[in-house]
Amino acid sequence: MSLLALERVAVEAGGRAILDVEHLQVQPGVLLAVVGPTGAGKSTLLRVAHLLERPVRGTVRWHGEVVAWPAPLATRRCIAMAFQDPLLFAGTVADNVAFGLEVRGTRRAAAGARVAELLELLGIAHLAGRRAATLSGGEAQRAALARALASGPELLLLDEPLASLDAPVRERLRGELVAIVRGQRLTCIWVTHDQEEAFAVADRVAVMDAGRIAQCGTPEEVFFRPATPFVAGFVGTGNVLPGRIAASDGGLVTVDLVGLRLQAVSELPVGDRVLACIRPEEVTLGRDGGPDHLSARNRMNGRVTAVVTRGATTRVEVACGVRLQALVTRRSAAELGLEAGVAVWLSVKATAVHLLADAEGNGRAGVEA
Amino acid sequence: MLPDLVEVIGLSLAVSGVAIVISMVLGVPVGIFLGLNRFPGRQLLVTLVNTGMGLPPVVVGLVVFLVLARSGPLGGLDLLYTPSAMVVAQVVIAWPLVVGVTLAAVQGLDERLRLQILSLGASRVQLYWKLVQEARLSLVAALAAGFGSIISEVGAVMMVGGNIKGQTRVMTTAIVLETRQGNFRLAVALGVVLLLVALGINWLFTRVQQRGRA
Repeated sequence: MSLLALERVAVEAGGRAILDVEHLQVQPGVLLAVVGPTGAGKSTLLRVAHLLERPVRGTVRWHGEVVAWPAPLATRRCIAMAFQDPLLFAGTVADNVAFGLEVRGTRRAAAGARVAELLELLGIAHLAGRRAATLSGGEAQRAALARALASGPELLLLDEPLASLDAPVRERLRGELVAIVRGQRLTCIWVTHDQEEAFAVADRVAVMDAGRIAQCGTPEEVFFRPATPFVAGFVGTGNVLPGRIAASDGGLVTVDLVGLRLQAVSELPVGDRVLACIRPEEVTLGRDGGPDHLSARNRMNGRVTAVVTRGATTRVEVACGVRLQALVTRRSAAELGLEAGVAVWLSVKATAVHLLADAEGNGRAGVEA
Repeated sequence: MLPDLVEVIGLSLAVSGVAIVISMVLGVPVGIFLGLNRFPGRQLLVTLVNTGMGLPPVVVGLVVFLVLARSGPLGGLDLLYTPSAMVVAQVVIAWPLVVGVTLAAVQGLDERLRLQILSLGASRVQLYWKLVQEARLSLVAALAAGFGSIISEVGAVMMVGGNIKGQTRVMTTAIVLETRQGNFRLAVALGVVLLLVALGINWLFTRVQQRGRA
């Protein structure tokens, strides 16, 4: 049974829907990452999940039981949350970590032992007596996380817990936090706007767009088989091309992309409008000769129209009937002498072309990568 | 003369001390409630509180006098010209100040702090108590502002207390009387004491605030 379930839940603000979730289940022990741009409804989702905000309609279930509003304190106390800002209280670090135990009436000695345990776990035992106001950003966030964990919640909610930290501190704390969540077998909803973070930590990823959950699945599903053009754009699919299925043969289809025909693995019927999603790193690129030695089914010739190098990789745009983006290493780009106007060949495996049903014709305008 | 002086100072501190305690007890919860909740009519109440913060003490004295006078609605209590009447008048003056400063303090706290406190398992009462603790520096300011305004107030206590020697004479009314009678030395002495009391109390409050901030 799921720990938490949302069914047709909607939250409105000023007459406008800011959350509209058809269905969401969080199974025990799962680390669910929720990603999406600012204003997608991620924080609202957390408030509802925390049973602190009553939806205007829909049902929230906790351990399968429908939650009555206002949610009973005992149920609320099974859940704890930490925010982007530590929001520490006046007093010492130990006082802060003890707060959740205090409000639950935990005996002093037991609370003291638990606080010590949590401070140890977060690596801030030496800061126990320090005033919260004197901590660095990373230390304060560790204290805030220890405070959220102290009461031993069944469900931990994290609202951009690392977003205000510097990169090295963030990376380190991320690893430790994931280890703690795993080690304690916590169920966790981790909100982030950083999709790399989401894919790095999660068992499941939910992508939110304008209050809705556009897709919820394993990181691989969301990454390789985005369900909507928005998700495709959000996970950096790069090439999202509108077309129509021209032929189908035992799971292998031919897609007509207006200017290019590609083969893809799909069960969609002939005649359906689709969006073909191809990640730029799945596009192989070369000069001279052909990719005859490759097993790739899709081979085409084209001419480079743009080359953008960023860090270790180079993004190459090639006109081959349609415009396709390919990602190559900086070294290959240099060795191949890639620049605008150069003739190249491209190849893409049929399994690397993800087809997205496009009944509404969403893809007409294309999707920004 | 000295025993009289001590008595006058003692009564001043007692009347204003009791009045500020009552004002805090009645004012802080109201300030927190107004600061945290949104409901129809809230704007009107906040406007009334803000107006109350600037009530002319003489008008307060007049109203309390009329209410407590023999023919007034609470005339039966026979409180007029007693320290109790002075406490009532001072509460009417200090209460809006306490509510107003508390309201501002609670609204000044980070909105998300409330969510954070609730998310750590606090009940509604525990939430309010924690917010009071978080806003305590501002509450000290409310205390100082309220006490400062009533210990030095003269019009209202004169009207409802009557400046009766040995019964309702406080520092401010004594200063007025002694000055009128030409006892300038006594008036100045009382003035200095009043200033010192005000200074001492503010020094104490400042210390508390600064320690809390460190």
